[in-house]
Amino acid sequence: MAREQHDYNDIPGTFVFDQERSRQGYGINMFCMSLMKEENRKAFKADEAEYLKKFKLTPEQTEAILKRDYNRMLELGGNIYFTAKLGATDGHSFQHLAAVMTGSTQDDYAKMMLGGGRSVEGNRSKSGKVLAAKPARRAKPSKPAKPAKPARAAKPKAKTPSKARSKRG
Amino acid sequence: MARIIAGVASSHVPAIGAAIDNHRTEEPYWQRVFSGFEKSKEWMAKTKPDVCIGVYNDHASAFSVEIVPTFALGCAAEFPPADEGWGPRPVPVVKGHPQLAAHIAQSVILDEFDLTVVNKMEVDHGLTVPLNLLFGSPQEWPCPIIPLAVNVVLYPPPTGHRCFMLGRAIRKAVESYPEDLRVVVFGTGGMSHQISGPRAGLINSKFDKAFLDNLTKDPKKLTRMPHVEYMREAGAEGVEMVMWLVMRGALDDRIEEVYRFYTVPASNTAVGHIILENRPRAASRRTAAPKASKRVAARKAKTPTRRAAARAKLTMIRGR
Repeated sequence: MAREQHDYNDIPGTFVFDQERSRQGYGINMFCMSLMKEENRKAFKADEAEYLKKFKLTPEQTEAILKRDYNRMLELGGNIYFTAKLGATDGHSFQHLAAVMTGSTQDDYAKMMLGGGRSVEGNRSKSGKVLAAKPARRAKPSKPAKPAKPARAAKPKAKTPSKARSKRG
Repeated sequence: MARIIAGVASSHVPAIGAAIDNHRTEEPYWQRVFSGFEKSKEWMAKTKPDVCIGVYNDHASAFSVEIVPTFALGCAAEFPPADEGWGPRPVPVVKGHPQLAAHIAQSVILDEFDLTVVNKMEVDHGLTVPLNLLFGSPQEWPCPIIPLAVNVVLYPPPTGHRCFMLGRAIRKAVESYPEDLRVVVFGTGGMSHQISGPRAGLINSKFDKAFLDNLTKDPKKLTRMPHVEYMREAGAEGVEMVMWLVMRGALDDRIEEVYRFYTVPASNTAVGHIILENRPRAASRRTAAPKASKRVAARKAKTPTRRAAARAKLTMIRGR
């Protein structure tokens, strides 16, 4: 059955952990949760495929776990806070997982974050229907054509209340 | 009567906790983050709240996918730090305030907020990292802290409006508690970040700064923001900023922004922090009244209320 249509399905590179995925991925997440116990981590590491039989998983889900295909796990109903426990069991840092999911090396990913992170420009919409933030918020009138600068290059808002001390890192 | 005196919002990035626990706060990368909280610690040491209410979310520590409460109020006497896979954080046990928590539960449920009462719960970095940022690393947390866990992991989280209104209901509950307690409310999480999927690493400083501005000046505008906008603009996990609106809702409409800090990144996340103070109510009435009736007061010794003063002033102007 195809997934229901939701407004957030249009966000690129994002698997929203919604009710449908939660239902679908219950086994993945309960498996990941089991890794909070040392004896379970050991049992899993000793024979991964055998250990996974204890959980209600589809063949696709089992394959995604065995292959450490993190994006596929999310797509099939895993949640990042849970799948991160699998990453930790493998001895990986969170940034390692993030790099894997974005298809980059950990070094490149870390550099991107230091440079202000991934820009939202060009990353809002699959359909291209949403090109810029809605003017509903108190944002200065922005020209969508202008490339977004990395976070730390942004100027502090002049609109900050005068009583507020604006301190930047 | 108990009263909410201030609200604090802060990111709760787990890597900040790890930097504290592994004594890496002096490294330049982390210094940039921690230096932004020096003033906040001074503020907190001066403010000395009697109780804090910590609005945070659990990250698959106390709640797995078996039970997912939308709002869960910690009514226990103690909340030990959770083992998040690397052993529990070496932080003090969070001591609750069962009497006030019970009072809040009683009050807000009758106000139609059907929250879950939790009498046994471990708390993770979502709560303890902001405590470190504001209180440092003491042997014991200096005051009782009532945890309020909000589901922001399983979509949909409560709406921003719902969070704001819960804040309002909490304020009403606190103000009907007979003991004189000064209460500070923490809103935690955010700011922009996405830690899942191919779009991980998303940061949107423009969104974050507008959010901080509106939190102070126009929070009602924020309460109308749909989840899809948070997720699109501030990252899939950025939606947890709705928790800041519980804190804001618990404050008065007009508040003072005392302090703000913003930096990118801490690990995968934009770090945002703000301190908002309620204006002292009784004091403002006392000081405002003589000001409004200054001239009248000179002629008329007795000016019992502001309204009477204004009326007297009007009569005086008309009579001239």
